[in-house]
Amino acid sequence: MPSSPLLQVEEVSKRFRVQGRELHAVEKVSFQLDAGKTMGLVGESGSGKSTLGRLVLRLLDANEGRIVFNGQDITKLSPKQMRPLRRDMQIIFQDPQASMSPRMTIGAAIEDAMAIHNIGTKAERQKRVDELLERVGLSTVVKYAFPHELSGGQLQRVGIARALSLNPKLVICDEPISALDVSIQVQVIQLLQELQKDFNLTYIFISHNLAVVEYLSDQVAVLYLGEVVEQGPAEELFANPTHPYTQVLLQSILKMPEDADKRQALTSIQGEIPSPFNPPSGCTFHPRCPFATDVCRQKKPERKLVGSQHSVTCHLAN
Amino acid sequence: MAEALLAIDDLRVQFDRGEDEVFAVNGVSFSIAEGEALGIVGESGSGKSVTLMSALGLIRENGKIMAGTAKFQGHDLLKMRPRQLEDIRGRDIGVIFQDPMTSLNPVMRIGDQIMESMLTHQYAGRREAFERTLQLLHEMGIPEPKARFRNYPHEFSGGMRQRIMIAIALACEPQLLIADEPTTALDVTVQMQILALLQEQRRKKQMSIAMITHDFGVATNFCDRIIVLYAGQIMEMADTRQFLLQPAHPYTMGLKNSIIEIGQRDRQLSPIPGMAPTLTEPPKSCSFASRCPFATERCRSELPALREISPNHHVACHRAEEVLAHAI
Ligand SMILES: Nc1ncnc2c1ncn2[C@@H]1O[C@H](COP(=O)(O)OP(=O)(O)OP(=O)(O)O)[C@@H](O)[C@H]1O
Ligand SMILES: Nc1ncnc2c1ncn2[C@@H]1O[C@H](COP(=O)(O)OP(=O)(O)O)[C@@H](O)[C@H]1O
Ligand code: SF4
Ligand SMILES: [Mg+2]
Ligand SMILES: [Mg+2]
Repeated sequence: MPSSPLLQVEEVSKRFRVQGRELHAVEKVSFQLDAGKTMGLVGESGSGKSTLGRLVLRLLDANEGRIVFNGQDITKLSPKQMRPLRRDMQIIFQDPQASMSPRMTIGAAIEDAMAIHNIGTKAERQKRVDELLERVGLSTVVKYAFPHELSGGQLQRVGIARALSLNPKLVICDEPISALDVSIQVQVIQLLQELQKDFNLTYIFISHNLAVVEYLSDQVAVLYLGEVVEQGPAEELFANPTHPYTQVLLQSILKMPEDADKRQALTSIQGEIPSPFNPPSGCTFHPRCPFATDVCRQKKPERKLVGSQHSVTCHLAN
Repeated sequence: MAEALLAIDDLRVQFDRGEDEVFAVNGVSFSIAEGEALGIVGESGSGKSVTLMSALGLIRENGKIMAGTAKFQGHDLLKMRPRQLEDIRGRDIGVIFQDPMTSLNPVMRIGDQIMESMLTHQYAGRREAFERTLQLLHEMGIPEPKARFRNYPHEFSGGMRQRIMIAIALACEPQLLIADEPTTALDVTVQMQILALLQEQRRKKQMSIAMITHDFGVATNFCDRIIVLYAGQIMEMADTRQFLLQPAHPYTMGLKNSIIEIGQRDRQLSPIPGMAPTLTEPPKSCSFASRCPFATERCRSELPALREISPNHHVACHRAEEVLAHAI
């Protein structure tokens, strides 16, 4: 008998009003995530990845849908009711410096997160800061440093230490490696993997790097203009990418070839991501889709199962 | 062997930070042949931008060129007066920057910005420059050039702005295009569009390109030859084929190993430990030694020279031959 998932997201939508116009940032997204697993979110800039992450954390309120965390419906909880749950849900950002006070030492910043939630005595918290810094691979002397004195990779480790200080269940990683050099990216990926194992962490991993998402995730959702166009177990989805947009994304990745005569042809997809203010009719991907037919231009496709848990929102899928 | 269009020799650049000095470029030598696409790869801070921008006279005021020459068609750019250099920049050498927003003028119509470069360099008269601007916008894949001519930079997406930057850089038909991470900030589908565009222009015009990137996928698919920079020094320089088949510097190998590609769910990660240094003294030993799995006493005490280990394959590592033997 499987236990209930740690997180259930049901038909969640978010619309922003911008200068009197409506922008659909997230449109009827659903997924479930078991404890200790990773959900990868991919999609181009503006596809709604961060907005979805913020909805899950209740940093934004959904217009529609339901979010169930650890068996509790949190969709309508007041800020006060959310407070005790905040410890369980943390976020790591692309630019950790932006979320840190420039005048607070690293040690103080990590301790502060615990102090806000009344965890331990001052001495206990300081001991925990040392433990956390060591756990994320930093020297404890880093606690006396200010954010600007650290490199991007070091700061990201601090961001991770701070998120971990509260023993969260769910961590949303919003492009945590995008700003880092490749050699540092692998270090941070490895750290995230180890921590997940050690603390049974559940991740939502947001990235536009498909290969890293494939590597880290158990489940994957591909977003386009706020909608999930394809979703399923990572292994299955990458073995059998079915939505034309997923296929286009995969074809756009430049792999290092084995030899110079096996280089990729630089052939590109037509057009640009349309304005989210007036998304195209029918399937929102139709203007760029190499397979689009009249039906795609007129009618919105339904979500269809192409595997036991693998679904695709495309008229051509069956 | 084609003639060198740009030949940089023993370039050394230093920055004054008040309390100390940063040794950003430490004796870099390479050349770009006519029609060649050269990839310059390396992690942030390795000196990619400073190397090329100092040759163009575009580094900040606290930067100083300590030594070296940068000969473009035989003339040393480093010895030119600012006016002379301005003439060459934008006419014979086009430049594209990573962030188009910082180099486009926010309050000037994009069409005028493209025209301006042709007018200041007396490449064309008004009428002709206007026609060519429309033509360029069309070639860059911007629909309705006449209407878009009047738009301002903020009215375009990131990818479109990068196309406009490219249009400006190509306006006077330069022989050399320097592209500093032109696609780093863009989504993969847009990156593909921009690279396809650059490749087409390069083929049509027999133009040389120096492509600065930290993306090995971009470098290996786009460029004929690749230079790996680390701590302001060339660690390896090889044609793309050699680079792919026989990387001989431990850093190159470590970097290639750090890239996670599609279809690698089951692989083990083996990160390079530590991080890249910022040199506050000139290098006296191998700058990579503290992170290198092959380092010996010699590596920690003696600076490895960049040497040719096989035709057109240069490596700055005391143990390059052994590293190669191990890798195969
Ligand atoms: N506070 C807001 N007000 C208005 N529009 C917003 C707001 N936040 C996000 N949006 C819009 O919602 C859409 C989704 O944005 P979101 O930041 O979630 O995208 P993303 O997938 O995270 O993109 P990126 O890869 O660039 O981080 C975009 O069109 C964005 O402009
Ligand atoms: N204006 C400056 N003042 C001080 N140091 C600088 C300045 N510009 C660049 N540097 C330093 O020079 C080195 C090389 O920088 P850069 O060429 O920009 O690296 P890359 O383009 O490879 O990321 C880095 O250590 C960087 O910090
Ligand atoms: S010179 Fe020595 S330390 Fe440097 S890369 Fe070669 S083996 Fe490693
Ligand atoms: Mg985002
Ligand atoms: Mg740079």
